[in-house]
Amino acid sequence: MGTALLIALLLLPLAGGVVVALLRGDDRVAKLVAITVALAELVLAVLAWLSYVPGAARIQFAGSVGWISRIGVHLSFGVDGIALAMIGVIALLVPVVIGAGWADKVPEGRTVSGMLSLILVQQSLMVAVFAATDVFVFYVLFEIMLVPMYFLIGGYGGARRQYAAVKFFLYSFFGGLIMLASVIGCYALAADRTGGGSFDWATLVAVTKEAPLSTQVWLFFGFFLAFAIKAPLVPLHTWLPDAAEQAPIGVAVILVGVLDKVGTFGFLRYCLPMFPDASRTLAPLVIVLGVLGVLYGSLLATGQRDLKRFIAYVSIAHFGFIAIGIFAFTSQAQVGAVTYMVNHSLATGMLILVIGMVIARGGSTSIADYGGMAKLTPLLAGMFLVAGLSTLSLPGTNSFISEFLVLLGSYPTQPVAAVFATIGMILAALYVLWLYQRIMQGPVRGAALIPSEPADAAPARTRIVDLSGREVAVLAPMVALIVLLGVYPKPVLDVVTPSVAATLTSVGAADPVVAQEGK
Amino acid sequence: MQQITAPDISYLAIAPILIVLGFACVGVLVEAFAARERRWGLQVAISAAALILSGGFLAYFLSSNDAAGGPTGRTGVTTLAGMVTVDKPALFLWGTLLALGLLALLLLADRTVGGDLRTEVFPLFLFALGGMLVFCAANNLLTMFVALEVLSLPLYLMCGLARKRRLISQEAAVKYFLLGAFASAFFLYGLALLYGYAGSVKLADIATAAVGTDRSDTLLFAGLGLLTVGLLFKGSVGPFHTWTPDVYQGAPTPVTAFMAACTKVAAFGGILRVLTVAFQSTQWEWRGVLWGVAIVSMAIGAIFGLTQTDVKRMIAYSSVAHAGFLLVGAIAMDADGLSSTLFYLLTYGFTTIAAFGVVGLVRGGGGEVSTLSQWAGLAKRSPMLAWVFTFLLLALAGIPMTSGFIGKFLVFSAALRDGMAPLVVVALVFSAVAAFFYLRVVVLMHFREPVEDGPTVSVPGVFTTVAIALGVFVTLLLGVVPGFVLTWASSGGFLS
Repeated sequence: MGTALLIALLLLPLAGGVVVALLRGDDRVAKLVAITVALAELVLAVLAWLSYVPGAARIQFAGSVGWISRIGVHLSFGVDGIALAMIGVIALLVPVVIGAGWADKVPEGRTVSGMLSLILVQQSLMVAVFAATDVFVFYVLFEIMLVPMYFLIGGYGGARRQYAAVKFFLYSFFGGLIMLASVIGCYALAADRTGGGSFDWATLVAVTKEAPLSTQVWLFFGFFLAFAIKAPLVPLHTWLPDAAEQAPIGVAVILVGVLDKVGTFGFLRYCLPMFPDASRTLAPLVIVLGVLGVLYGSLLATGQRDLKRFIAYVSIAHFGFIAIGIFAFTSQAQVGAVTYMVNHSLATGMLILVIGMVIARGGSTSIADYGGMAKLTPLLAGMFLVAGLSTLSLPGTNSFISEFLVLLGSYPTQPVAAVFATIGMILAALYVLWLYQRIMQGPVRGAALIPSEPADAAPARTRIVDLSGREVAVLAPMVALIVLLGVYPKPVLDVVTPSVAATLTSVGAADPVVAQEGK
Repeated sequence: MQQITAPDISYLAIAPILIVLGFACVGVLVEAFAARERRWGLQVAISAAALILSGGFLAYFLSSNDAAGGPTGRTGVTTLAGMVTVDKPALFLWGTLLALGLLALLLLADRTVGGDLRTEVFPLFLFALGGMLVFCAANNLLTMFVALEVLSLPLYLMCGLARKRRLISQEAAVKYFLLGAFASAFFLYGLALLYGYAGSVKLADIATAAVGTDRSDTLLFAGLGLLTVGLLFKGSVGPFHTWTPDVYQGAPTPVTAFMAACTKVAAFGGILRVLTVAFQSTQWEWRGVLWGVAIVSMAIGAIFGLTQTDVKRMIAYSSVAHAGFLLVGAIAMDADGLSSTLFYLLTYGFTTIAAFGVVGLVRGGGGEVSTLSQWAGLAKRSPMLAWVFTFLLLALAGIPMTSGFIGKFLVFSAALRDGMAPLVVVALVFSAVAAFFYLRVVVLMHFREPVEDGPTVSVPGVFTTVAIALGVFVTLLLGVVPGFVLTWASSGGFLS
């Protein structure tokens, strides 16, 4: 039952993508089919969430068929709590994105069905990359995943989209190739130790965790580089601002909300269990990169003049937090990091959508072109504030719990990092509230809201309208989840906690200090 | 007077060679005696018959060979007094050459798009292919040299056969000939030195001589070095690649397709055999040099490829980079290295022929348009062609789900397991660099506005369509289910 559900989750968007691609002529039908498929996928994901048993087997819904038997590759899939949480986020975000982009125009010469088809294919690949339990299959999906995203950015993005698309592709492809060296290395190691080559995740874990530290460090580095580019950790982040700036809004949500999480997911699923000794040895390095990311991302977000680049830097700061949480090796910090992966998708996803709605009204991405918008669009301003408060982790919103857990959990093992990361929280309040103040508060001003000729001022005012029913319907579930998970995070915590515990056990980290304090 | 005994000949084993060369002779006669208007059809039929018949005999020999030696089959047959060895790698290479030859023939035979060629090309094509078949199976350096000449001379001529772009085509032919003649001379010189060292030109005798003697190593390594230069030249491995871009650009595109795919197969087949059979025991002495050569080749291919403004030259530099990757597998010197290199050759050949098939379709007023800037916005005019070419470029870049990825994966994993981790990392870095120039073309085709009075895309004839479709199909198939070909490629090693 569970396996069938997972297979349906994997294949439904792919099939939907093919069907939508064939509906070239009729945009409306294409949109309807796409949103139906995306909603059906959401239902499947909810079913999967309900039938997942936290604390039972580490990998559930597992299924496997042989693929390339000569080198021991199997098409193996299964989910743990972390993967399931991410699959849930994908299933939620894709219909939201399709709904939010319902009225968007595509560049000349492109079709709506082409874009929707690529989004659905992207969804299928992302579900698969989280569900893969064969390292070879994971690598294959990790690289293929770049292709639809490349065409989404390059085909449907902003003015400098070609540059951004190529930069995105090359960064990730380079990281992936270095990871390939490590994948082959693990395979060779397993072939030497066990006699037969295998790419099965559990088999490889059993072999590589016994490997000498020097070997582990090399192999760890290959995986780490790929994931650090994907999740972007400073200083490997420079592709993200360009990609997020140039991508269409919906694609930016998917890129920042889900695709980048493959990196942090990779730390948890691959780096830690496969190379525990190397992970412990190199943890200080990663923590330093994480702290750098938090501070650097926050500072640059504060100083941004472009709305979309602002989001990219906010995300870089948050990915720094997640990395600190993962490599602090306490259960609280890691649970915090994993729930942060979910909550960041919700908070930042919503922030991107709201900013997209602002840009759709003003027609400019420059922050200076806006001012006092709350007077024209009170509802939009409210939504903006909710997304912003969740982004700055106000208590009562979902992100607060995650960020608090990360800081609380990392203090016992990494006190200095925790202190510096707290500065990031303060900066978050600064950049979010300042942005809100500049765009929404005060008198109506700015070139995007008031055209330069005063004579046209009156018609221009009517141009800026508040949220439509569709836009409210799209944002409502996000708001609901932000508040719900803020006061009642148990559903997410229950699912991820056993998997985090298993990850920590495999890395050999005990957290006695925290346990005593907790009592 | 010494009695000359006729050598024992296994006609069945060498039937593919005999058929291809025999039909080539028939082709020459047709050229001389048949009426001009009937020649084209006749020549195409003869060439196709030669390839198919030859493939049939190959399959028959393979099955009877397997039947003869129990469950795993005999490893092979050495015949013609030890001149030719038909073993498992040779059979795989022959199969590859015949399949790729058939694809190239389809491109050559399509008159609807090009019309650039005359009928002489077909017998020349068969002679070249026959030379390649012998080259892969030659167990003796002298035979190998003769085969090298038999495969090279027709290729020089074929390069110069273009009727419309005569100057650039003839320039390519002359360059190829001059440099090729030098390479042959190097090969011959190396052969002579090795003869001086071992007292024999048989690969096995050289191997025996190299084990535990106090003969001068200078002769051995000087000979090996010169011999290898000749072989690397044919495989367009940098830094012996200088002919590649000019010749790829100048030769008629179907000829380029044939040359790019089949010559590479033959050359690497020869390199693999010579290194494995004759020089296995001395590998620790020379492997470091080939490490360097592989790195240089990957670097030249990847970096110079970035600056190219012509599609054919870009694919030429890509082939230099691929030659570097192939060399990584070839110097792994074990069963994995052999099977992965064979697999890589097959996949690379299919992808390349299909890519050149596509290049041949983009045409302007004065024939083919291979200038990259003219390709801008091609996806708007001809989406199908642009997507096919995109797929082939992704395969050349080694994106998963294409055969290019599986080939790279196998080659690199063989090399890594043989302790060449640094080389593998270098190779992966250059793969990433090379990916950039493939992407550049994708960007150009899909995301740029079309140029004014740009090239048009000819409607491909049946033959070209079939060739491109087959190439794309195999590229996809071997990317998804590579298992069966991999089993063939690893069914046995060289027979000395």
